[in-house]
Formats: sequence, structure tokens, C-alpha cells
Amino acid sequence: MSSIPKIKSKSLSGQVLWAVFAQGAVLVVVLSAAYFLFQNTQANLDAKGIKSGFAFLGHEAGLPIGDSLIEYNPTKSYGYAFLVGILNTLMVSVLAIILSTILGILVGVARVSNNWLLARLAAIYVETLRNIPLLLTLIFTYIIIIGSLPHPRDAISLFDGYFLSNRGIYIPKPIAEDGFGIFIIAAIVASVLAISFGVWAKQYKRRTGRLVPGIWGGLAIFAVLTGLAFLATGNPIGSETPEFRGFNFSGGLGLKPEFVALLTGLVLYTAAYIGENVRSGIESVHAGQIEAANALGVPSGVVTRLVMLPQALRVTIPATTNDYASLVKNSSLAVAIGFPDMVSIGGTIIGQNGQAIEVIAMWMAVYLTINMLISFGMNLLNSRVQIVER
Amino acid sequence: MTQITSEADTKTFEPLAARGAPTRQIGPLNWLRKNLFSGWLNSLTSLVLIGVLLWVLPVMINWLFLDAVFRGNGEVCRQSAGACWPFIYEKIPVLMVGVYPQELIWRPAVAGVALLALVYLTFSDRIRGFVLISAWLALPLFALVMIGGAFGMTEVNQSLWGGLMLSILLALVGVIVSIPLGVMLALGRFYGSPLVKALCIGFIELIRGVPLITILFMVSVMMPLFLPPEMIINNLMRIQIGMIFFSAAYMAEVIRGGLQAIPKGQTEASLALGVSPNRTILFVIVPQALRHVLPPLIGRCIALFKDTSLVIIVGLLDFLGMIKGAALDPDWLGFQTEAYFFAAFVYWLICYSLSRYGRALENRGPNGAKR
Repeated sequence: MSSIPKIKSKSLSGQVLWAVFAQGAVLVVVLSAAYFLFQNTQANLDAKGIKSGFAFLGHEAGLPIGDSLIEYNPTKSYGYAFLVGILNTLMVSVLAIILSTILGILVGVARVSNNWLLARLAAIYVETLRNIPLLLTLIFTYIIIIGSLPHPRDAISLFDGYFLSNRGIYIPKPIAEDGFGIFIIAAIVASVLAISFGVWAKQYKRRTGRLVPGIWGGLAIFAVLTGLAFLATGNPIGSETPEFRGFNFSGGLGLKPEFVALLTGLVLYTAAYIGENVRSGIESVHAGQIEAANALGVPSGVVTRLVMLPQALRVTIPATTNDYASLVKNSSLAVAIGFPDMVSIGGTIIGQNGQAIEVIAMWMAVYLTINMLISFGMNLLNSRVQIVER
Repeated sequence: MTQITSEADTKTFEPLAARGAPTRQIGPLNWLRKNLFSGWLNSLTSLVLIGVLLWVLPVMINWLFLDAVFRGNGEVCRQSAGACWPFIYEKIPVLMVGVYPQELIWRPAVAGVALLALVYLTFSDRIRGFVLISAWLALPLFALVMIGGAFGMTEVNQSLWGGLMLSILLALVGVIVSIPLGVMLALGRFYGSPLVKALCIGFIELIRGVPLITILFMVSVMMPLFLPPEMIINNLMRIQIGMIFFSAAYMAEVIRGGLQAIPKGQTEASLALGVSPNRTILFVIVPQALRHVLPPLIGRCIALFKDTSLVIIVGLLDFLGMIKGAALDPDWLGFQTEAYFFAAFVYWLICYSLSRYGRALENRGPNGAKR
């Protein structure tokens, strides 16, 4: 990296000595600072009677958690409660990444649309969402969901069994009935067949140059086979519809308003950023490329897929990687609206036993791991779209 | 060689009739046809969007202006279907400075006027270079003296600072301290010896890898544990330090991008002229790198200003905190939409003007269209 050339010499000249000395000095300063902090921490923890170490993870948590993907009750351990938090963080992040990507692509395409009105509106959307703090957007979505939706008693029923109310969104819960296992096996077989058809179609095209609709064929194979299996096993997926009882709904699958608000806020916010990435990706493709392809008589769908997209993705993907990483980190704002994500549960644990250092270390470890996974996955994707240079 | 055998095989070339000159496509109708109604899909989209706008805009305008109450109290507001603006007027002092003592409010006001004046001078490009930089360095000091009180002025405890004043102060001090720190981190990462480089990379990546909230928790909960009991730093100061560290890590990455963009010839030319390596970096490379990355640096300033809203989670009452408090005032219950709408408007106004300024700089900077 260093572009300042160093003077080379055979003997241990003054410069080299100086460099070694400087490095040693830095090391001493850093180590003594670390020792100073460590000593203070030890003394402070002793003075306050706070234990250290990770033994607390095994103790009974005694904290209630509103939303949990796995079975949870307050008698479980702190470690288990923290795991619930990690899973909640992961769930909201994954859903938000998927939804904001879809919305972001729509926004980005709308911004470069020929339709003046659509382009304007998309620009207003992006400029508004990007210039307001995410925390405010989250609070706004939360009060709108809580404030404008009715009490569960008068819940809005969109379809049979789907209810919108200020206690959240309730939808029928799918339940496995007899023959569900066989159906799943059939579905797996169908997807394997569909994917192998797609792979074969691609190889066939490489070999002969003839086009076989691999994606559509694969989808058709999957749909037909799973449909047949569904009928053959006699409709193995039942459903449990939510019902209004007493003060709230019971049964069914409920999405709490905190979760819905967090997801909506994150998706709206991140989609504005992804929309900008998509737009700059599309605008980075030279107009001559598209014109040349059109002039050669290439169908417009193929122009988009094989001329525009590969070049646009080269610009869009690296920027979007950063936005995904920010999204995961931003999901920690859940603490402000009361969704029990990892930070919110960790914060409660700190409040209960004061072991801030351990909890913060655990947060950092989880976030760094998630970010590394995202950048690893996106780098893989990126290496496939970048121009291969010598 | 084929022989032409019959008359039927020969064809005389007959050019098509020339097309007429294109008619001039100007005027509102043509504009509509070209931009909104070219093709059925476009027309359909336009119609749907116009329909949605016709439905949403009147509702918005009614709420904001026509049905809104501009004078009166909570009772008058509750009678009306529109927004309640007297609520915002009454809360303005609290929203701006928090629970700062009423009789001393002129002091933050003077600091605010100084800030606005400096913003005007900067945006309109009246001051440049050394004057610009020293004015911006002096401003936070001036503001801190005015707000906190020194040189014989009554001191105001930091726990009383709040509102938009606190948000701007956190962002301003954060940006101004974190840029030099970011330059140092970037230089360490780019030119440093292996140990320095490793330390800089470790610091930057660790901070960039975790959310700001965890850093704020860390400075407000963990920092007192790290320091000896006699070294007490108040909560505001700790949070300011956290924001500076956070911002510095991001600034460092932006500035590193600028360092990478400087062609090698610059270094070589400077060294060839006998300028020492340290001076080359300080007076040749860094100024050029900063000029290159001014627009993204402005972007980081916007991000930091937006991020100051997170301090309510660790117990400071910044602008958003005051808005939240105002929405819970029993005299004005039920007007939280107005409060958050006002908050969104203020944040938007500040961030959008900054981003417009960034774009203007982009056009006049080294990569700009002009020049």
C-alpha cells in the first residue's frame, strides 16, 4: 500500500533503527493503556460488587419477552434469552433485506422511468426517507400502526381469517396434517428435478446454441410435481384461523405491531438507499450499449437481461452490500419501539446484573459475525458480476 | 454468371417518398403526451398515480392548512379535524433548547445566529480556505462558551442542555473533531508501519462493524468502569466521545478513498523536489485527498446529524427527545402526529440543504463538470 519509497540499506541504518524504536514505543503505549484500563475495570467491578465472566448466561433470566421464534418463558436462562434476541434480530434483518431489495429495485427503476410523474414521485420518496433519521421513521410507523388501526374487537378483516388491528396482524397459521412429511419429500424431489433441468438447459445452450427456457421449464416442473403431490397426499396443510377471544386474538399466526413497525420502517428506509444504488447502476450503463443492442435487433427483454443488467449490477452490488450491513446494524433501533431484538434483551440483562462488558462483547461478536457473513456472501456474488481482468 | 433473360427480372430502384419534416413537439399537450402518455402502460401508470395523488393531496392539504388551527389552545384544536399548530408554537422554546434556563435563552440564541451566519457565508461561497476552516473550528468553542457559560457568565449545567441545540452541538463537535481523527486513522491505515496499520484497521473495522447504539451503551455504561473513580466524565461528554469515535471510523474510510485516488506521480514529484516524506503527506497528499472526498464527507456529516437522534436511547434529551416529551404533555394530548411531523420537517430541512450543498461542491470539485 505504502507509496512512500523507503531508503534501502544493507546495514541497520539510523532509519531502520528509528522505525523499530517507533514501533516498540507504539506497542508499549498501547499495552500500558490496555493495562491501565484493565486495572481500573477490575477495581471498579470489585468496588461495585459486579461479577465478571460468562457464568450468568446459565442463570435463570426471569425476564418476559413479547416476541419469540422459539419456545420461551422467563424461567429459561440468560443465554437462552439472548439467543431469542439473536433469532429476532436475524429474522427481522432477513425479511427486511428481502423486502427492501424488492422495493428498492422498484424505486430505482421508477426513478429512471420515462414517466415523468412516476420518476418525480420516486425522487420525492428517496429524498424524503434519506433525509429523515431512521429512528423518527420507526416511531412514525409505530404510532401510525398503533394509532390508526382499530382495537382487536373491530379488527379490519381483509380476507377470511386475516385481521388487521392495533395489536398486530393476525393470519391463519399453517398446520402440518397427515401426509405432510411425504409432501415435503415430494417437494424436495421436485425442486431437485427443476434445478437439474435448469442446469441441463444452460449446458444444452452452451453446447448447441439453441435456447431452452430453463427457468420457466424448471418452475413448471416444480409447480406440476408439487401440485400433484399436494393432491395425492390429500391436502396435507391445514390452517388454524385466529379468533377474537376476550381482549385479543388467540390462535393463528400473529405479527406484533412492534415487529411490523420495525420491519416497515427498516424496509422503507433501506429501499430508498437501494433505490439510489439501482438508479446509479442503470445510469452507469452507457446509452450507446443499449442503442447498439437495439440496432442489432436484440429483443428488448434480452437487452435488459444480457446487456444492461450485468453492467448495472457491477455498480449496484458493492454499494448494496454496505446497505445490507447497515440494515442489520439499524435493526438495533428496535430497542426504541420495544421489539425484543438482541440489543433490547441485552440492555435488559445489563440493567439486571450490571455485566455490561460481557453483554457488549456478545453484541459485538454477533454483529461482526453477521456483517462478515453478509460481506462474504455479497463478495461471492460480486466476483461473479465483475469484469474478470488479467 | 447469370444472364438476365427476361424483362421481369429487372427492377428499377424507386426510392420511397421522403417523410415530412418532424412537426415541432413543444407545448403542454405534447409534453404531456411525451412524458405521461407514451404507450398504454405509461398512460395507465400515469392515470393510477394521478388518481392516488387526487386522493392523498387534498387530505394532506386539508390537514396541514385548510382545517388546521393556527391560534388557540388544546380545546380549540380538539374541535377541529386539522393539525394543531399552536401546540408547536408553544413548544418551540422547549424543542430548540430543552430545559435550558429561560432567562439565559439569549445565549444559545446568539450561538445559533452565529451558526446561521457562518452557514450562509459557507453556502454562498463568501469565505474560503483558511478563514473558512478557522471560522468552523472557532464556532463550536464559541457555542460551548455561550451555552455552558465561562468568563464570568453564569454556568449552566450540562444536564440542562437539550433540544435541537444539543443535536446540532453533538453533530457539530462530532464532525469537527472526527475529521482530523479520521485523517490520522486513514494515514495510519494507508502509510503506517505494520503495527500502527493493524491498530488502525482494528479500530476502524470494529467500530464500523457494530451499531451506534452498542457504542453509545458502551460509553454510557462501560466507560465509567474503565476509568479510575476519581476521573468522572459526565454523560453528555461520554456520549460526545462515543459519537466522535464512531464518526472517525467512517470518516477514515472515506478519506482513505481519497488517498487512494491521488496519483502516484504527486508523491514522486514532491519527493523528487526534496520535500520530506512527512511534509509530502501533510501538504501535498492530504489536501488533495480531502478535496476529492468533500461530497462523501458532507454525506457523513448528514449521517452523523441523523444519528444524533439515537442519544435519546441513552438518556439525553435531544430534539427528538424533546418532541417525544412534548407529545406526552397532558395539556396537549393527542397531537403527537403534529409533533413528529414537525420533527421530520426540521430534520429534513437541515439534511436536505446539506445534501444540496454537497451536490454543489461535487460540481465544483476536482471531479465536477465545471472547471
